[in-house]
Amino acid sequence: MSTFAAVVLFIGVTAYAVLGGADYGAGFWDLTAGGARRGRNSRHLIDQTLAPVWEANHVWLIFCLVMLWTGFPSAFAAIMTTLYIPLGLAALGIVVRGSGFAFRKVVVKTDQQRATGAAFATSSVITPFFLGTVAGGIASGRVPADGHGDPVTSWVNPTSLLGGVLAVGVCAFVAAVFLTAEARTRADARLEVWFRRRAQASAVATGAVALAGIAILHADAGRLFDGLTGRGLPLVLVSAACGLASLALLHRAVPRLLQALAVGAAGTVVAGWGVAQYPYLLGTHLRIGEAAAPDATLASLTLVAAAALLLVVPAMALLFVLHQRGRLDTT
Amino acid sequence: MPGLSLVTVGASLVPADPAQLLPAREQMAFTLGFHIILVPFGVAFTFLMLIANARGIRRKDETALLLARRWSQVAAVLFAVGAVSGTVLSFELGLLWPRLMGTYGAAFGIPFAIEGLFFFLEAIFVAIYVFGWQRMRPWPHFWTGVPVVLSGIGGTLSVVAANAWMNQPGGFTMRDGKIVEVRPLEVIFNGAFGFEAIHMLLAAYMVAGFVVAGVYAAGMLRGRRDRYHRLGLAIPLTVAALVTPLQIVVGDIAAREVYRNEPAKFAAIEAVPTTGTHVPEVLGGYYANGKVHGGIKIPSGASLLSGYSPSTRIQGLDAIPAEVRPPDRLVAIVHLSFDVMVGIGTALLGLSAWYALAWWRRRDLPRSRWFLRATAISGVLAVVALEAGWVVTEVGRQPWTVVGHLLTRDAVTTSGNLWLFFAATVALYVAVGATTVYVLRLLRRRWRDQGGATETDVPYGPSRSSQSAPAGGQG
Repeated sequence: MSTFAAVVLFIGVTAYAVLGGADYGAGFWDLTAGGARRGRNSRHLIDQTLAPVWEANHVWLIFCLVMLWTGFPSAFAAIMTTLYIPLGLAALGIVVRGSGFAFRKVVVKTDQQRATGAAFATSSVITPFFLGTVAGGIASGRVPADGHGDPVTSWVNPTSLLGGVLAVGVCAFVAAVFLTAEARTRADARLEVWFRRRAQASAVATGAVALAGIAILHADAGRLFDGLTGRGLPLVLVSAACGLASLALLHRAVPRLLQALAVGAAGTVVAGWGVAQYPYLLGTHLRIGEAAAPDATLASLTLVAAAALLLVVPAMALLFVLHQRGRLDTT
Repeated sequence: MPGLSLVTVGASLVPADPAQLLPAREQMAFTLGFHIILVPFGVAFTFLMLIANARGIRRKDETALLLARRWSQVAAVLFAVGAVSGTVLSFELGLLWPRLMGTYGAAFGIPFAIEGLFFFLEAIFVAIYVFGWQRMRPWPHFWTGVPVVLSGIGGTLSVVAANAWMNQPGGFTMRDGKIVEVRPLEVIFNGAFGFEAIHMLLAAYMVAGFVVAGVYAAGMLRGRRDRYHRLGLAIPLTVAALVTPLQIVVGDIAAREVYRNEPAKFAAIEAVPTTGTHVPEVLGGYYANGKVHGGIKIPSGASLLSGYSPSTRIQGLDAIPAEVRPPDRLVAIVHLSFDVMVGIGTALLGLSAWYALAWWRRRDLPRSRWFLRATAISGVLAVVALEAGWVVTEVGRQPWTVVGHLLTRDAVTTSGNLWLFFAATVALYVAVGATTVYVLRLLRRRWRDQGGATETDVPYGPSRSSQSAPAGGQG
């Protein structure tokens, strides 16, 4: 029962990492798109692509928080009392990101668009970085079971920094692939090239970070390293294969396949973390079963998960399909 | 050393409040107080929008459609700000109150898990509705808005279930400081759930109704008395006027429920220092040093209202054990907030009656400028009443976080300097709040310049272009 709840929780984490991550990554490209004139077209595509979906994607984060504090309350408290600095900063980053994006859609003057856009884009880079450091802190076992771990070294450490940089890189990569596909759907050749170059660059950069990460994890988080090279290895390999395939097919493949490959690359690496960590929720000291809420609570969460499968997943599919078919007017 | 051990025992019995308690409470109050203003716009404003939408389609009423479309744009901005400020609250539950979540999350969390589902559906269908104006057919588009309203209701009921549980906790068994058994249905349908949930839901409809009506009343006062403004006033005010009397009844029931099941809160609401009968109802006044200073006393009023008889016995603050008795300062806040809420509610009932009477007799808005003035400020008043009501529930619960189980000072985190976090949050929220207002005013100015019926981006453009009129330019 508790394992099932943990799996549901991790599906939520993966969904947020991929879908929410793509939205953050789009903010990364927004930030680096250059001046108002030069970056206009790419920002316009980012705006149109994100507008109808980012809030729905964002709800996955709420889903994860709720699943964690209800299903595994003590682990939630332990994480919150240890990693409160990056989590607090991420929470504020989320406010800036969402409101900045919503405001930019309304304002028309260039300087106002620049200010709100900068707020949106900067926080789109900072927020996943902090969330990545949180993941690194948890994965490397720096959150004690009773909480109140070191407020600084729990997230300022090699694995956390790797997590932060990797999060930003993966988000940027997934977003670039998505936006390449989107530009192709709209038959906008110039934007397609623009985003394809960035997809390639971010793939190479993220791949390099991931390779360097092997050495970092080996030195800093032995148990995670063992898990990722042992039980989690197939998923890590699938992730690498998806990343390489999407890179190779970036010129040719149909948009949907490209998006699937990018989702695969990002999703499997997060899933790999989950598999590597099993059966522990925190490091090697708090087992899933030990942290779990009573059975009736877990049963309630199972019902909620089933309802999500029946209601939310089809609704979200409807949103994505309408968006892809251009039924939503985002101008 | 008996003296020393006595001191240590004394110290452990009444520990000093953690340094984090004050900033944590201030921050929670501030961020929740900010978020709660946005709630009615996600929950109830969308309902007003659908009324205008349905009327527009059914009666081929261009003005109503224009209102619906513009309202959806406002709702989109407010929903975004509400979504992210709500997320901060989720973080804060852990960052500020880890011992609430760590110990009680297994029970307290269940309503939130359900709320998550509704939030998902709301976010999805808000997007489909807001961006579906141009390229969907009218009725299918309308129906994509219905889940928004329904999930708004469901979400409100879920969140309030969690809040109600803190006031009347139930559905769990504790052993050695840990929850070992949970009865989810008892958690959700706790003693305070029914009246709190309905009270909040109706409050959301009142706030959205009066605020939106107030905006158009202000426009009419400035001479813009076209049909656009009249309809923009009539739709929300009709909803608010229908809801307000219901709310008065529900509020009355809620007060009696609190009298019966939350005597400590009731004693603070009525500012009753000592248990007794023939307790007067004190309107206004400031509670300090064990008595109310000033205010208007209605003899036996509180006793009559709570038990229909002057001899109804009301438990006073003196019945609460001294170590968990709320300080006078908090009692004063709860008492005044309650009076503000009830006072405004009564005034809004009067406004509703005025509107209903004019409509009943002449099928028109009241002609007096005073009616427009009253409507224009009714929105602000409704927001104040909402905040006041929330203060009654939350401050009236102190010193408890989970009544009878967990004191607020034991729920708070013990790590970090929260003043820094609080300062950063206030600075950010002030900026976000100011920009929200700025952006809404920008929309208003843009729409005013565009004018009413001559708007180019009429909804459902493509479907209409196939009939006769050209669809016009892009929005």
